[in-house]
Amino acid sequence: MKKSAKSYTRSFLLWEIFVGLKLTLRYFFGEKITIQFPEEKTPLSPRFRGLHALRRYPNGEERCIACKLCEAVCPALAITIESEPREDGSRRTTRYDIDLFKCIYCGFCEESCPVDSIVETSLSHYHFEARGENIMTKPMLLAIGDRYENNIAKEKLADAPYR
Amino acid sequence: MSNLLEIHIDDQTLQVEPGRMIIEAADQAGIAIPRFCYHKKLPIAANCRMCLVDVEKSGKPLPACATPVTHGMVVRTHSPKALEAQQSVMEFLLINHPLDCPICDQGGQCELQDVAMGYGKDISRYHEGKRSVHDKNLGPLISTDMTRCIHCTRCVRFGQEIAGIPELGTIGRGEHTEISTYIEKSLDSELSGNIIDLCPVGALTSKPFRFTARPWELTQADSIAPHDCVGSHMALHCRGQKVLRAAPRECESLNETWLSDRDRFSYTGLNHPDRLQTPMIKVHGEWQETDWPTALNTAVRQLLLTIQGHGAEQVGAQISPNSTVEEFYLLQKWLRGLHVPHIDHRIHQVAPSAQLRNTPPGLEGTLTSLNQQDLIVLIGSYLQREQPIIAHRVRQSTLNGGHVVLIGSVDPKHNFDVAARAQIKPSELARTLTNLITAVAKATQQPLPSGFPAVIPSAADETLAKALLIQGKCTLLVGQIAQNHADAAIIEALSRHLAQLLSAQFGLLTQGSNSAGAWLAGAVPHQKPGLAEESTKGLSAAKQWSAKLKSYILVNMEPEVDSASPVEALAALKAAETVICLTPYVTPAMLDYADILLPTATFAETAGTFVNVEGTWQSFTGAISPPGLARPAWKILRVLGNLTEQPGFDYISSQAILTEVKAQCDSATAASPTTIAWPTTTAQPILEGFECITFWPIYRVDAITRRSEALQQSATAEGPCIWLHPNLAHRLSLQEGEFAKVGGQNASWVHLAVRLTPRIPEDAVYIPAGFTETAFAAAFSQVYVERGECR
Repeated sequence: MKKSAKSYTRSFLLWEIFVGLKLTLRYFFGEKITIQFPEEKTPLSPRFRGLHALRRYPNGEERCIACKLCEAVCPALAITIESEPREDGSRRTTRYDIDLFKCIYCGFCEESCPVDSIVETSLSHYHFEARGENIMTKPMLLAIGDRYENNIAKEKLADAPYR
Repeated sequence: MSNLLEIHIDDQTLQVEPGRMIIEAADQAGIAIPRFCYHKKLPIAANCRMCLVDVEKSGKPLPACATPVTHGMVVRTHSPKALEAQQSVMEFLLINHPLDCPICDQGGQCELQDVAMGYGKDISRYHEGKRSVHDKNLGPLISTDMTRCIHCTRCVRFGQEIAGIPELGTIGRGEHTEISTYIEKSLDSELSGNIIDLCPVGALTSKPFRFTARPWELTQADSIAPHDCVGSHMALHCRGQKVLRAAPRECESLNETWLSDRDRFSYTGLNHPDRLQTPMIKVHGEWQETDWPTALNTAVRQLLLTIQGHGAEQVGAQISPNSTVEEFYLLQKWLRGLHVPHIDHRIHQVAPSAQLRNTPPGLEGTLTSLNQQDLIVLIGSYLQREQPIIAHRVRQSTLNGGHVVLIGSVDPKHNFDVAARAQIKPSELARTLTNLITAVAKATQQPLPSGFPAVIPSAADETLAKALLIQGKCTLLVGQIAQNHADAAIIEALSRHLAQLLSAQFGLLTQGSNSAGAWLAGAVPHQKPGLAEESTKGLSAAKQWSAKLKSYILVNMEPEVDSASPVEALAALKAAETVICLTPYVTPAMLDYADILLPTATFAETAGTFVNVEGTWQSFTGAISPPGLARPAWKILRVLGNLTEQPGFDYISSQAILTEVKAQCDSATAASPTTIAWPTTTAQPILEGFECITFWPIYRVDAITRRSEALQQSATAEGPCIWLHPNLAHRLSLQEGEFAKVGGQNASWVHLAVRLTPRIPEDAVYIPAGFTETAFAAAFSQVYVERGECR
């Protein structure tokens, strides 16, 4: 098991260290890609699928018509909907729950919605502090929709040419 | 068979009877042809044109539903010509059909959706405006979205042909065609709900179901209709632990493809706030919710106290005829084990007879045979409101050329033609039948039985007897009013004899879904399971009240409205020491008289068996679990049997009970029927006051229908009122809508709204039963009517 002279020389001169340091040096002088989260954020695609929201029409009427296509298409069975005729006779949900623990953020609900009501916003920074908070109820989803409607509309517009 | 025609459809060679349409032959062979207006139970209209097929040697495609087969015909359902025709028709149909599938209740079960997927084009070329139509108000059962209508006219043809009340029709032409009631009105047919199933699109949908679920969310559980003796096959559609709608299952021999509104919409009563969810016991006059062991132990302790203190003859048990065979059997097994003889299910009858039967009450032939009768005699029956499905069959027989003769007290607007009628008071039924038998026997030169009262029939009776002398198939049906009347036993015997004279099949149309099952399971005081004679004969339901027993057990019934004599029943219950109620619902009166309330399951929540009018045993399983702590009554009775330490109460399923009942029915020797003594005198006429015709209206027959909000709002539902003949009202100077002072024999005066109808005898009044407001009058008793102060 004789090692060659070249191999002994490399060992004594710590050659591998210099090879490693070469890579370090390249990145030391190269362009920096680290961002300062949370002050800085990486750019997101308009198709990013984050926290869900229920949207309204500009006149304040909720879009959702309780067609239950999102409930049917959801592969994780995360959506629960109950519906009944509202006082004015229109078809509305009385309950619209999304279990965020079950949700796999596939975006099928958004795809299936005939009225662009349920959407996945670009929000991805949220947490739960207690049991049960993972269930997003209809008022919570509508509140998110109300708050981020401008963003949602902008993202939808940006994605529209590709649909 | 040489008279069959040979035709070729899509390379299949079929042998078809002459006169059949192409679509019928294709359906039989399982070849799919799209259609909207064609329905196998309705007359052919051929107005949707969806079923166009390519027939060789025909220039244009032909509608398969209206083209009779000919010998050697070659039909192609998928040739380019047929496909092009189908696609074009589909495109025309979709021109005015809105694209609102997401909010349409039909979405997911829609024939238009399915056919558009299978036979339509993939794109729409239509960009112009669509037509919109005002929705019609058809009452509380059916909601409309007329813009969606494709004018297949199935609903119109259903009204004309099946329901017999042409309530819907088309107005306008071409693009302006509309389905309408002409003048806004709700649908009054007892079968109106069927147009929901018939409508191939979402134009006619169920109002109670509206927007509550999508078809793909529902699970379907097979069930048996629990309100009439037909035992229609139906399916309960549930989501989670809630029944959301009911639909018919096809059963050609019973309900064909139809379902009565009562069976279809009664499920809305299942979740009524009256539903009892926990066992309750009364401690020092205060109601306490408790657990099952406490409640059952208390019940058994109190019952045994009565039996030890006063004897087993001081316990009475009554059970609703809507209960299952298993419940009837366990109740009688448990109580007969404790030597309690008084068990009865005939709660609606004024005078249930102690006559022995060797067959359960029902129809001698099949229900299908009713469609092809030359003569149907209805005795004491308000058929449409009792048995809507049988009324439909009677109507079919009249359409096939049959005649209907009516002998009864209520002669409503029928959906079939009545050839001859005798409109008489209930107390005159027996006398009229005696006269008729004499007249018929004379005309047909048949001898009268020995001891038969000698009467001289009047001219009117002779005329009526002539109407009965029709050559051909004949059926005689005895209804609720005849069965519940005090003369019931005589009327039945006379009717049977008349049927014999006319060589007719005899039918007893019993109240409730399972009277036949009750007889077979031994829930009568004088016969054991399998119709064997019981040595110690107990008291019938009516006699239990007048005997004022110390203890009562009531199963699935509310005696304050279900009983034939509610006032007497309430007095007996209040005087009793212990009243144990096994009930799905609790009423204010029940809280007053009961001591122990045990919550039971309804038909949708328990496994069970009903025996229908044909004598068919039909088992079903529960679709959902009972609410709260409620349990199926057979389980409760089983545990009660265990607690009284009786052997043979270790059933683990309702199937085991059923097997036991069936074995007993097979092994027992049925009692030989007692011959009834012919009446020597006619019934006592009521000298003062007016004779009351008592009838449980269609939506007041049991606890579930009474609580069905949708049914109670419908036009067919009757309110608490008193119906008078206009001449009688004139004599009493009463007018429609006024309030009359009405008094029963043993109660104070009540005020009832007056309704007028010429369809009852002039000197009788009709008071609908099943209401607490009308419970003052015992069935068929005499009542006093006066002009009174308005409330």
